Amino acid sequence: MKILCCVKRVPAPGAKINVTADGQDVDAAHLGFTTSPHEECAVEGAVQLIEEHGGEVTVLTLGTGDAEEQLRYAVSVGATHGVLVEADTNQWDPQRTAQAITAAIKELEGDEPFDLIMFGNESADAGGFQVGIRTAMALGRPIVQGIKGVEISDDTITARREIDGGFEVYELPRPAVLGIKEGLNLPRYPTMKGRLASKKVELNSITASAAEGGQARVKLHRPEETVSETVILGTGAEAAAAVVDVLDELGVL
Amino acid sequence: MLLVILEHENGQLVEAAREALTFGRVLAEKMGEDLEAALIGSDDDDLVEAAGQYGAETVHTATHDLLTDYGPDAYGSVIAQMVESLDPDAVLSCGSDRGNEFMANAAARLDAPFVANCTDVSPGDTWEMTRVQWGGSLLEDATLTADVPLLTCGLHAVAAEIGDEEDADAEEFDVDLDESVTITMVKDRVVQEAGVTLPTAPVVVGGGRGVGSEDGFGQLEELAALLGGRVGCSRAVTNLGWRPHADQVGQTGTRIAPEIYIASGISGAIQHWVGAMASKHILAINTDKEANMVTKADWAVIGDLHEVIPAIIAEVQSRKG
Repeated sequence: MKILCCVKRVPAPGAKINVTADGQDVDAAHLGFTTSPHEECAVEGAVQLIEEHGGEVTVLTLGTGDAEEQLRYAVSVGATHGVLVEADTNQWDPQRTAQAITAAIKELEGDEPFDLIMFGNESADAGGFQVGIRTAMALGRPIVQGIKGVEISDDTITARREIDGGFEVYELPRPAVLGIKEGLNLPRYPTMKGRLASKKVELNSITASAAEGGQARVKLHRPEETVSETVILGTGAEAAAAVVDVLDELGVL
Repeated sequence: MLLVILEHENGQLVEAAREALTFGRVLAEKMGEDLEAALIGSDDDDLVEAAGQYGAETVHTATHDLLTDYGPDAYGSVIAQMVESLDPDAVLSCGSDRGNEFMANAAARLDAPFVANCTDVSPGDTWEMTRVQWGGSLLEDATLTADVPLLTCGLHAVAAEIGDEEDADAEEFDVDLDESVTITMVKDRVVQEAGVTLPTAPVVVGGGRGVGSEDGFGQLEELAALLGGRVGCSRAVTNLGWRPHADQVGQTGTRIAPEIYIASGISGAIQHWVGAMASKHILAINTDKEANMVTKADWAVIGDLHEVIPAIIAEVQSRKG
């Protein structure tokens, strides 16, 4: 079985996120980088599927050369191959990104399609909610989003999507595409053997070209901070009566 | 005309659809256009009436033998057909899981841009909008060049508010579908829990790393049960395996909007905050009075949650008699 995971390199934020002076990007001076969380679960899910069924996992990212770090990380946790679709930034608009990824997938597949392609439900940073859908539809394959459970049989992919108080079940023919959500699994940490493999793996590189779409960034900014005059109700157990007064006032007792 | 695509479930408009109509009322006014709405897979009078209450003048209803349940291709296909034959000036829906999914599906069919999770939109030759990035910890000002702008408004970007309470006219929309749209339709549903759920709970008792262990959540469960609420948690907690991911509040988990969020032992990383910020009130319990969650809360108790929460439980029980 051949599985492809499309991932994005994003900054790893802590308590708050700062923006560069020109407003064009996140100021990553004091931040590390990581794989967007939904996609980290997609890679883990793909690795679990080939552990069960046999096969190979290819990980693909679109962006600058720095994103090789995320491809190598994916190999360190069990992916087989890494492909960098080279672009001048990690911030192409969604239509352009999907067009470039679609072309790259066609080039990688030739006439042997991936049985399953996984995207994150949305990227942690731009949150466009569409690159996976556009790519799947350009490839003529079915896609459902928000997936937190995947099983594969000979000709069917069964996917579960969490809803309020339960889940929905989808059944797609192979080949298909899924938009994965965090919660599919708990991603593993790299092993020593994995780290060695990630250093040695030869990454494939594809040059991307695609036309700009209709959406364009003007600038990023932080929302107005919630300034709250926090009322301290007390210290320790003694504060309980004051807390219950508040609950009573709000009518939730 | 601004066309709002309505998400519905169990014969009712979902809250996010009411928000989209409220958002759409303001946008239609800025455009100087009428507000109309679309129902896919239903022509239920109650739904048409509800849309009218929120300001829709006409509700286009698309029913078909193949529209038996939700599916992104079914919805996407109907929306693309509506764009072509109703000729709207823009199409809006809600930034829910489904809303973003079916709008992106329609956009791909139309080979048109789609902008997700807007919080403010200004129409014009080039449209300008502010939209959510990083789940709401950053905003992006963007421009959109499109024949027919396709947009969603961010969840809780506005509170749902009834409009002029006029009746809406229902108009049947003739839709042309083939079997292919059923491939991505919901095949089955499994209900795991009845009653109050995390996104709809009036009270959420949240726990972070400060709870200390899986067992430590027992006290939070007890308080939540007493108040008719639910337990939530931070991403750190699900990564430690103490709680299932379904309980996670945050950018990659659930967005909550309770009357009160009791955040205990949670520092308030931005990932978590964006999932909790729509709470109407926040009470933080933390040993650190400088913690983000404490400085952003309406009320705080400084102390060990394992002393404070049992005391609150005892106080609630004694007042309830």
